Amino acid sequence: MRQVLRRSGTCFKTALETAERRSEAYGFAVTIERLTKSFGQNRVLRGVDLRIPGGEFVAIVGRSGCGKSTLLRLLVGLDQPSEGEIHFGDHVAHDGRSGPVRIMFQEPRLLPWGSVLANVEVGLGPTRASAQARDRALAALSAIGLEERRDHWPAVLSGGEKQRVALARAVVSHPRLLAFDEPLGALDALTRISMQRLIERVWMEQRFTAILVTHDVAEAVTLADRILLIENGKIGLDLRLDLARPRDRGSAEVAALEGRILRALFRNYEHGEDA
Amino acid sequence: MAIAGKSGRTALGRLAAISTQWAVPIGIVAFWEVLSGIGVIPPHVLPAPSAVIAAGWRLTLTGELPWDVWVSFRRAMIGLLIGGGIGFVFGLANGLSRRADEISDSTLQMVRNIPHLALIPLVILWFGIDEIAKIFLVALGVFFPIYVNTQHGIRNVDPQLVEMGRIYGMSARVLFWRVLLPGALPSIFVGLRYALGIMWLTLIVAETIAASAGIGYMAMQAREFLLVDVVVLSILIYALLGKSADSVTRWLERRCLAWHPAFQSAAETDS
Repeated sequence: MRQVLRRSGTCFKTALETAERRSEAYGFAVTIERLTKSFGQNRVLRGVDLRIPGGEFVAIVGRSGCGKSTLLRLLVGLDQPSEGEIHFGDHVAHDGRSGPVRIMFQEPRLLPWGSVLANVEVGLGPTRASAQARDRALAALSAIGLEERRDHWPAVLSGGEKQRVALARAVVSHPRLLAFDEPLGALDALTRISMQRLIERVWMEQRFTAILVTHDVAEAVTLADRILLIENGKIGLDLRLDLARPRDRGSAEVAALEGRILRALFRNYEHGEDA
Repeated sequence: MAIAGKSGRTALGRLAAISTQWAVPIGIVAFWEVLSGIGVIPPHVLPAPSAVIAAGWRLTLTGELPWDVWVSFRRAMIGLLIGGGIGFVFGLANGLSRRADEISDSTLQMVRNIPHLALIPLVILWFGIDEIAKIFLVALGVFFPIYVNTQHGIRNVDPQLVEMGRIYGMSARVLFWRVLLPGALPSIFVGLRYALGIMWLTLIVAETIAASAGIGYMAMQAREFLLVDVVVLSILIYALLGKSADSVTRWLERRCLAWHPAFQSAAETDS
């Protein structure tokens, strides 16, 4: 089942192969039932029901403060729900640490006092330092093309490189679920596009369940199998995308979908202002 | 190439920087020598640098100077270890645990506001002019800067990194060694450098008032016999000791905080 990350050169070929084999999904299937989260009087999520098949790439869009990041934090066990349940596969997720569930944030959150390699090794979790662990970390580093930066401090890396190291750290232990909380929000447009390709490639190789929270509708359309729009603490739109990968950002199909989702967001926005 | 652990500065560049740093103090000493030589500064007010050096040499030969320096150095280090060690432990405890902080922090802050040198008469009553008196005062003096900065450092470790550590399954022990302590280290170093200043200051005052050995004692004895050169010598030795303690700490800081952006300006321009 588990495959070691391949070197960058061969990745696109393997991506196509693994896309075909995705029926034997490695990622967790996620079932969310009546999920509610309140902060004091403020009910951020109001009874969310959601089923995500294993290995699916889901993007969650919505206005700021709509509860999409809260949903993500509940999923990975950083917060506990007020009501409702989250199941991974067959078992209830008491906390995200029970299975290899990872999250990537907008900030890379690398340890400034660790080398690039040491930071990737953090992703292996509480294992003893060993030659094997080192090899796995090195393999993950070379898959993102930063092998020659292994001994550098994070402070000398660019924003995009830091985020790539954070991605390597997140996937080095082959997570069953990987959540992205606006991971590319702080990057420039070109770096963002190459990071999107990298994320897609790694996802196709590893077949984890991916859940991406983003403000960027184009990013959601480029990456996701399915787009969820959250409004007023509930899922307002659940849209399936049957587009071939890798997707062409300029194509009419992508543009049409993008327009449709933006319209839905703005309808919601104007609605919200009236209320 | 900015490789972790290596400084990008060349030996030649470093030599140039050092000579620039020393140009001003050497110039001042030379000027002083000239003024003394032509009699502008009378020797009973301020002896010439050469006379001070001669006094230093004389006292080194008798063994008096090395002994007094050693006594002072030992007092400083023992005081620093005891006071700094306790301050570090309290700083860690109160930085890590809210409960510990509630119990001891406000008491410590009250004690901190007592100038520790004001305790000299009391300390002499308690310990006489024994070694313990000086060590006690030094330990008390260095306790607070180390305590305050350790506690502050631990508290101010980026909570996002702590959250990251938890997500990646770090146990409390691993989290401490890999995230909290390294994160607090820059602040702990600030505390240490501050503590070193207080350490020498306390020692000077304590030795001048009550001692039977040490640099301060040497200075007071010399005053009795109007040996101005020895008085000036002991002042210079205090300065030298203070400066070397600071240099050692800076060196340690550069080594331990090589990852810190503040210590990478040289490395980055090379990459």
